[in-house]
Amino acid sequence: MLKNITLGQYFPGDTIVHRLDPRVKLVLTIVYIAALFSAQGIWGYVLMFAVLVTCFALSRIPVKTVLRGVRPILIIIIFTAVLNIFFTDGETVLFQAWRITITQEGLYAAAFMVTRLFMLITGTFLLTYTTSPIALTDGLELLLNPLKKIRLPIHELAMMMSIALRFIPTLIEETGKIMQAQKARGADFESGGLIKRARAVLPLIIPLFISAFRRADELAIAMESRCYHGGEGRTRMKVLKTQARDYMALFGGAAVLAAVIILRRLAL
Amino acid sequence: MPLLQTEKLTHTYSPGTPFERVAIADIDFTADKGECLGIIGHTGSGKSTFIQHLNGLLKPTSGHVYYDGKDIHQTKDLKVRFKVGLVFQYPEYQLFESTVFDDIAFGPKNMGLSESEVKERVHEAAGFSRLSEEFLQKSPFELSGGQKRRAAIAGVIAMMPEVLILDEPAAGLDPGGRAEIIENILAYKEAVNATLIMVTHSMEDIANTVDRVILFDDGVIAMDGAPKDVFSQGERLTAMGLAAPKAAMVAGRLRALGIPLGNDIYTMPQLRAALNALKN
Repeated sequence: MLKNITLGQYFPGDTIVHRLDPRVKLVLTIVYIAALFSAQGIWGYVLMFAVLVTCFALSRIPVKTVLRGVRPILIIIIFTAVLNIFFTDGETVLFQAWRITITQEGLYAAAFMVTRLFMLITGTFLLTYTTSPIALTDGLELLLNPLKKIRLPIHELAMMMSIALRFIPTLIEETGKIMQAQKARGADFESGGLIKRARAVLPLIIPLFISAFRRADELAIAMESRCYHGGEGRTRMKVLKTQARDYMALFGGAAVLAAVIILRRLAL
Repeated sequence: MPLLQTEKLTHTYSPGTPFERVAIADIDFTADKGECLGIIGHTGSGKSTFIQHLNGLLKPTSGHVYYDGKDIHQTKDLKVRFKVGLVFQYPEYQLFESTVFDDIAFGPKNMGLSESEVKERVHEAAGFSRLSEEFLQKSPFELSGGQKRRAAIAGVIAMMPEVLILDEPAAGLDPGGRAEIIENILAYKEAVNATLIMVTHSMEDIANTVDRVILFDDGVIAMDGAPKDVFSQGERLTAMGLAAPKAAMVAGRLRALGIPLGNDIYTMPQLRAALNALKN
C-alpha cells in the first residue's frame, strides 16, 4: 500500500525534457498553467492538449505512469465534475427530477473543468517526473534568489525543501517497518470504526515522530561537522548554464501562451 | 507433528513490475517444540522475508505456512501472531507508550486479556528481561540503549509465544549487553519450553546457543543441520559471504598445520578443552 505513491516522483531518463535547465522548466510550468487558465473554447484546449502530449512524448514517460499518478486526485476531479453538473444554471434543461436539474451548460462546464484539472495535474507532473528533486530545488533557489534582497531566507527554504524530499522515501520505509513490528504485537490497523482506527495509528505515529526527530538531529550534526553554515559563499557542484535549447523552449512557451490568448480574442 | 512448518514457501516482491524480485523460493522448513534454531545468511538472502511469513505478517506468493498442523492463512484471525512472537531488528524503535509498563502491556492488551492478567504478564516478562519494578514506571525514552532493547523484547515475551523469533536481537550492543540479551531470551525459552528461532550475523551467538543451524543463500535453504556440520564447512561458508565462528576457524588452521583436532569444534570452550586434552 505504501509502495504505490508516485505523486511527483522522479522518473530518470536522458531526453531533451530531462536535460532542460530546471529554472527554464519551472518558468515553463508557470507559463503552461497561465496558458491553461487563459484557454477558452475548444481550440484553445486542443492546442494545450497537443502541447501536453508532445512534451510527454518527448520525455518518453509511459502513459501508465502518468495515469497512475493521477489516481490519488481522482476523487477531487470527480467531485468537481459532480458539483459542476448539478450546480450550473443554464437555459437548456436536459433532465429534471425533484430538485435536481441537469443542464447542457452544466455538462459543458463539468467537461471543461475536468479536462482543465486533468491537464493541470499531468502538466505539473511532467516537471517532477523529469527533474530530480535536487535539480528542482536548485532551480527554485536560483529563480527566487532576487528575493534575498528583501531578506527572505531563500537558501534555507530551498535546503529545507530538498531535505524534506530526501526523507520522504526513508520515512515511508520506516513506517512500513514500524507497522510490521506493531502488527507482530497484535496491533490491528485495518478493522474497526473511525475512532478505533484513529487510536490504532498512535503506536505507529509516535515511533515515527521520534525517529524523524532523531534523524533530524543526526543530520544536523553531520552537516555541521562538514562545516555547513548556510548559503553564504557556498559553491555548487553542478553549475546551471542555460543553453540554446533552453532559449528555444522558452520561446516555444511564449508562443503557446500568445496563441492561446489570440484564440481567446478571436473567440474560437 | 512439527509445531511450525512451511511448504514450498515462495515470496516475490512487486510482482509484475520492473522491480520484481524473488526473495525466497520453495522453502520447506520445520521446527519442533522446544527447538533452538539459528538462521544465518548474508544480507539480502531472504532471512527477514522468511521469518515474517512464520507469523503471517507477509502473505506467501505461493506455498503454505502451518502452525500446529493448521494453515495460518485459512482463518483471518490474528491468533497466530500471539503464538509466534516476532521481534524485529532494533525493536527499541517501536516503543511508544509513556511508561515501559504500558509498552510491554500493548501485546497482552491486544490479546484481549483482563487487566489483572495483563499486569501479571507484564511482570512475568519484565522478570525474564531483568527489568526491575522501578524501570517499569519510567518512560521508555529515559532508558539506555540496552535497557530499551530489553524492554522491547519483553513486549513480545509478554504475549507468551510458543515460538519466539528474533531478528538480530543483539545487534549494535556492547559485549556485556549482548550476553545479557541472549541470557534473557534463553531464560524464557527454558521456562516455557518455547521454540526459539534466532536470525543473526554473529556466528559466536549462534555457536554458543543453538542446536540447529539453517543457512539461507539467495532465497533458498543452502544448509540445515547441527552446528558442527555447518561450521565445519568453512570454505562453503566463505563462498556464501559468511565466516565460521572464530573457534572453528582457529581449529581449522591448526588442523591444516597437522595438529590432530576433530572437525566438530566451533566454540571457545570446546577448543580449549580439545587443546588441553592434547597437552596432557
